Amino acid sequence: MHIIDRRLNPGGKSFANRQRFLRRARAQVRRAVREASSTRSIKDAGKGGEVSIPAGGVHEPHLRRAGEGGVRDYVLPGNKKYIEGDTIPRPEQGGGKGSRATDSGEGEDEFRFALSDEEYLDLYLEDLELPDMAKRQIAGVQSVQWRQAGFSTAGPPSRISVPRTLRHSMSRRIALKRPKPEEVQKLREEIERLERAGGQFDELVKLRTELEHILTRTKRIPYIDPVDVRYRRLESTPKPIAKAVMFCLMDVSGSMNEHMKDLAKRFYSLLYLFLNRRYEHVDVVFIRHTHEAQEVDEQTFFYSRETGGTVVSTALFKMQEIVRERYPVDQWNIYAAQASDGDNTSSDNAVVLAQLRDVILPICQYYAYVEVGMDDEDDHPGVGEPSTNLWRAYRRIGEDEPFAMRKVKHRRDIYPVFRELFSRQQAEAA
Amino acid sequence: MSLLADNKLLFQGPDWDFDLIRRVHEACGEIAINEMGLDPYANQIEVITTEQMLDAYASTGMPLFYRHWSFGKEFARNEALYRKGYQGLAYEIVINSNPCLVYIMEENSATMQTLVIAHAGYGHSHFFKNNYVFKQWTDADGILDYLEFARGFIAKCEDRYGQEEVERVLDAAHALQSHGVHRFPRKRMPDLRSEQKREEERRRHGEQLFNDLWRTVPQGKRKASKDEDVRRRALLGLPEENLLYFLEKTAPRLAGWQREILRIVRLINQYFYPQRQTKVMNEGCATYTHHRVMNRLHEKGQIDDGSFLEFIHSHTSVVMQPEFDDRRYSGINPYALGFAICCDIERAALNPTDEDREWLPDVAGCGDSYGALRDIWANYRDESFVSQYLSPRVIRDFHLFRVLNDEEAEEMEVTAIHDERGYRNIKRALSKHYDIAYRDPDIQIMDVDLAGDRKLILQHRVLDGMILEENDTQKVLQHVADLWGYDVKLQEQDGSGNVLAEHTASPRRVFS
Repeated sequence: MHIIDRRLNPGGKSFANRQRFLRRARAQVRRAVREASSTRSIKDAGKGGEVSIPAGGVHEPHLRRAGEGGVRDYVLPGNKKYIEGDTIPRPEQGGGKGSRATDSGEGEDEFRFALSDEEYLDLYLEDLELPDMAKRQIAGVQSVQWRQAGFSTAGPPSRISVPRTLRHSMSRRIALKRPKPEEVQKLREEIERLERAGGQFDELVKLRTELEHILTRTKRIPYIDPVDVRYRRLESTPKPIAKAVMFCLMDVSGSMNEHMKDLAKRFYSLLYLFLNRRYEHVDVVFIRHTHEAQEVDEQTFFYSRETGGTVVSTALFKMQEIVRERYPVDQWNIYAAQASDGDNTSSDNAVVLAQLRDVILPICQYYAYVEVGMDDEDDHPGVGEPSTNLWRAYRRIGEDEPFAMRKVKHRRDIYPVFRELFSRQQAEAA
Repeated sequence: MSLLADNKLLFQGPDWDFDLIRRVHEACGEIAINEMGLDPYANQIEVITTEQMLDAYASTGMPLFYRHWSFGKEFARNEALYRKGYQGLAYEIVINSNPCLVYIMEENSATMQTLVIAHAGYGHSHFFKNNYVFKQWTDADGILDYLEFARGFIAKCEDRYGQEEVERVLDAAHALQSHGVHRFPRKRMPDLRSEQKREEERRRHGEQLFNDLWRTVPQGKRKASKDEDVRRRALLGLPEENLLYFLEKTAPRLAGWQREILRIVRLINQYFYPQRQTKVMNEGCATYTHHRVMNRLHEKGQIDDGSFLEFIHSHTSVVMQPEFDDRRYSGINPYALGFAICCDIERAALNPTDEDREWLPDVAGCGDSYGALRDIWANYRDESFVSQYLSPRVIRDFHLFRVLNDEEAEEMEVTAIHDERGYRNIKRALSKHYDIAYRDPDIQIMDVDLAGDRKLILQHRVLDGMILEENDTQKVLQHVADLWGYDVKLQEQDGSGNVLAEHTASPRRVFS
């Protein structure tokens, strides 16, 4: 008998099979993931979890008899009251009295299984691309990456490449015909032999001169010459900045109700998930504004009420200020998402536009404006969307700016709008 | 005194280590081999984790298998069920190979490890080695090597022809695997070890013989023979019930590697064929063995009362038979039935009643219960086992009754219960229920229209008016058509030749 401990064997033997399965059911799983996301709370938006897909797509058919029809014969355990000749009304359809209908659960309509966080997010954010993803920093220590790039003839001793150096040395020695130690040894032995034997004087003299010649030659051609030495060369490459900051700007004046805030929150959390996946480190800055702007924490941002007018430009100035103080443009990727119901003091529009065009957009990787509206506004078809103050203003921003705007009215619109903003084509166009 | 008793104990408490496993294995062997006279394979015990157990589940318990998405699906399903607590995991998996592989879980307590070793390492292993169905059909020495070959071959095909192409063939083969076994032994016994060599040789031979000139040799017109139909069918070996075998040998448009994949699926499936025929007996044998071994260990003072109670607890849940109106009911529990019949045989051998003398004449009062059981385990399969040894007593204990559900009739009828008039009736019905030939629909390939459009004609001989499930049949037939490369027709006929249903399929994208 042998006992083998297999516990330390690498796990994940089914990994390849699982990948094949996910590939096979990809379209369905993706749909399921997106549907599931609409019912999840924000915090769980990026977590893996159970999804169910229609069993049809991954069904494995077999030649088997139908569940009913014909003459069926059952032997069942646990008789309590029946005697021979009794009749029993047929159970309702799908009562599944036979053992056949439940064979390996083939009858099920849905196939449920769990996805890992990684798989879930992959499917969830598939095909999305951040426009102008990474800034490159030209100078500066922090974001320079050194990588091996060939060999050089100069450098610090610690970077000597021994194999390379010896290879050069060997080829030089061969090329210059440096005498090998064995040859010297052999010659010496020969001389010694002749000396012991005596006679053959000429021969001895000849050999001695040769030995001398060889020895000088050995000295003249060193084993390792400075020309052989090679150093591993490093080249500095600017590393994409792995840090991003995301500014959430929101109008919190009285006209923004809970529903609108909820929509905004959903949008922000999607954006956060997305950035988090692309960057090693993501900071989030919350700026709320009425007629004046404040930087606040998340709790206050979403839940505290504030009254006042609406002056959007204050938030943009605040953002500019924070960027200047804490987020040097050359070290951070800056994203901004603004949510608003579209109200703004009319006189402020020109300021907003100027600030956005001249200050904010040039330093931003991307600026998304989401206009949140009430759900019931759907009910007035045909009139055409009444444009809001801010919408009209933002529409004047040029096509080639890293700027996008969308309207969202219902929870279910959030994800499509988000996809639209970040889909790959969009990135190419931008 | 107490010191002495302590010395005899194999273990105390739930912890175990490898040395303990070895001692337990010896102690179990002492009882199973020397007292019960079992003859198992040598064991190879492998300790695995939950994760690895889930892996093993996904590939039908085998330690290695070729890759296919359906195993990934199985894994995902089991994992979801397990994580949510809907389904526990088996304590062990045992593989019919020589040496016999027994996987035990690291979470098991020492008592459970003892139970598992007795159950799998001695019970199942004895059954694998001695039962005639296994002897006839499986090659325990070669299976692991063959699986290794299969995995390598399919991986190589994936590299060469692409995952999707290979997947199409495997999908089709899997759909047909229930109809890819030989039910009757052939002249040559399966020898999996030589399979690998054969495949390589065949390819080399084909390469050597290849000569493009043969293509250009003019062929004379063949003479039409009188009884062409009979001749053709004889040549093709029709009718043929092994659909995979027929397609592998005859399908005109398959490439060599595709035929080999069909063959791999077919041979592996054939290896599992005995297990489907002996579920009740196999589990009965193993359960009876562990029950005896644990009882004896307790009698001999090698396990303490606490362990024994733990064993009783898990044993009873294994042999629990929910009643038909119970929510948990999902057919007759093979562990329960097998164990009950084995215990009943033991009882009849040692303390027979008059009833036993009438119903179990060959074992009643023979005195050697182990001998009788060994003989039965070696020479029966589920169908014959039930029809021979399901005694009135077991029928009474289970309160078995028989229900007939005729589509034509108003209501279902109870045709037999556990009384004097019903015993024989129930026994016969249950035995039929375990008969593979009755359980699987009987589908055969009848003919091929070679002269015309090459249509393949299949026939389902309908039993008791039970026709095939429409959707699945259509899908499977589609696979057949793809493999065959031309149209396929499946007729469902009852005994008097009436056609009850007909399915047809045309190839979508032929294999080439």
